[in-house]
Amino acid sequence: MSVRHALLALLSEGPKYGLQLREEFEARTGEVWPLNVGQVYTTLGRLERDGLVEALGDGDSAEGGPQKAYRITGAGSAELTQWLHVPTELSSPPRDELVMKVLVAVRVPGADVHEVIQAHRRYLVQLMQEWTRLKEDEADVDLAFALVVDAELFRLDSLIRWLDAAEGRLRRARADGWPPKLRTAPASMAVLQRRRRIGAS
Amino acid sequence: MRVLELRSISKVYGKGAAQVQALRDISLSVEPGSMVAVMGPSGSGKSTLLTIAGTLEEPTAGAVLVGGADTARMSGGAKARLRRRTIGYVFQDFNLLPGLTAAENVSLPLELDGMSARRAHLAGLAALEDLGLGEQARRFPDQLSGGERQRVAIARAVVGERSLLLADEPSGALDSASGEAVMRLIHTYCKRGTAAVVVTHDAQLASWADRVVFLRDGRLVDQTVPPAGPESLLEQPS
Repeated sequence: MSVRHALLALLSEGPKYGLQLREEFEARTGEVWPLNVGQVYTTLGRLERDGLVEALGDGDSAEGGPQKAYRITGAGSAELTQWLHVPTELSSPPRDELVMKVLVAVRVPGADVHEVIQAHRRYLVQLMQEWTRLKEDEADVDLAFALVVDAELFRLDSLIRWLDAAEGRLRRARADGWPPKLRTAPASMAVLQRRRRIGAS
Repeated sequence: MRVLELRSISKVYGKGAAQVQALRDISLSVEPGSMVAVMGPSGSGKSTLLTIAGTLEEPTAGAVLVGGADTARMSGGAKARLRRRTIGYVFQDFNLLPGLTAAENVSLPLELDGMSARRAHLAGLAALEDLGLGEQARRFPDQLSGGERQRVAIARAVVGERSLLLADEPSGALDSASGEAVMRLIHTYCKRGTAAVVVTHDAQLASWADRVVFLRDGRLVDQTVPPAGPESLLEQPS
């Protein structure tokens, strides 16, 4: 997650102090991602170095005191807009450990891929139960928190759906006589190149 | 006391070469106030489990106890009373009677059970108002949205203080917000003491349950362990 852009977003509302930024960051993200104050100041230092924010002199700050207040610069606003509108990089499949484990379990002698799948399915459902419990009482759920909980539930749900699909595919393959006794023909060069281009992009 | 107890249930359909073993040695208990979700792929036996738990079908072997009473020892009339008074059913396609209003659909089980039409109607209205559907009480099912229809079906399933709610893919045909509203409602009834068994292939729905059991090829192969508590999710280091 980009703390850098989250801080720029908070500063786009007006000048703020470091501690205030930390409190507002946690409140706006449903208190799910704790942020330590050191991380806030390190990030502010880098943003200042890159000309995206600037420290205010004591005279300009909203309140007096020893802390520095920061404000976003024109370049910072442009960077924030760019970040919001450019889609997050998702084109190459991540080397997902769960996918790897299932691929390995299919091949390792003595490993039962269905047990591997079920152990992960159970764990994921348990995690989802815990997240659902957090949104059980609607009175305790603000909009930011509800969005974060939904995002996590959908992410975990997508993994379970993949496990369900993988299990179905494996069963059908077994019914069709997999693993084959003879080596199957390797993928054509064109197909290999296409697969590798996706993986490497 | 357990509201529902399944003891070593098996179910076989057909004979000889055409024989299909739908359930194998299933044992499951549901306490008052708790929701159990049954997850599994199509054909794993989920719906058969629910119809046997609801005494709509007999198991080939094993016992079904509702409120501590063995349903195999009940007369046909006693079982029918159990289905009218103790067990509520919710189906994916709502099963509302199209010629009756929402209120009439909800009060129907009470009338069938011998309550006067007026008292049953008032109880039906109260159940709908409880779900925030008071204004829809006089509408017919085809004048309601899918989510509203399912909430009416839930009102019908719980009206008259029933202690066991059985739901088969209760939000299968609904969008995610309506699906969540349906599960939230079942969860609310459970908090008031109803026991529920919800059959689903959808993990988001199952995650509302206190316990999730997994069915494969008619066997209960696994179940979730009680959660450590939601706080554990938020205590990860940053």
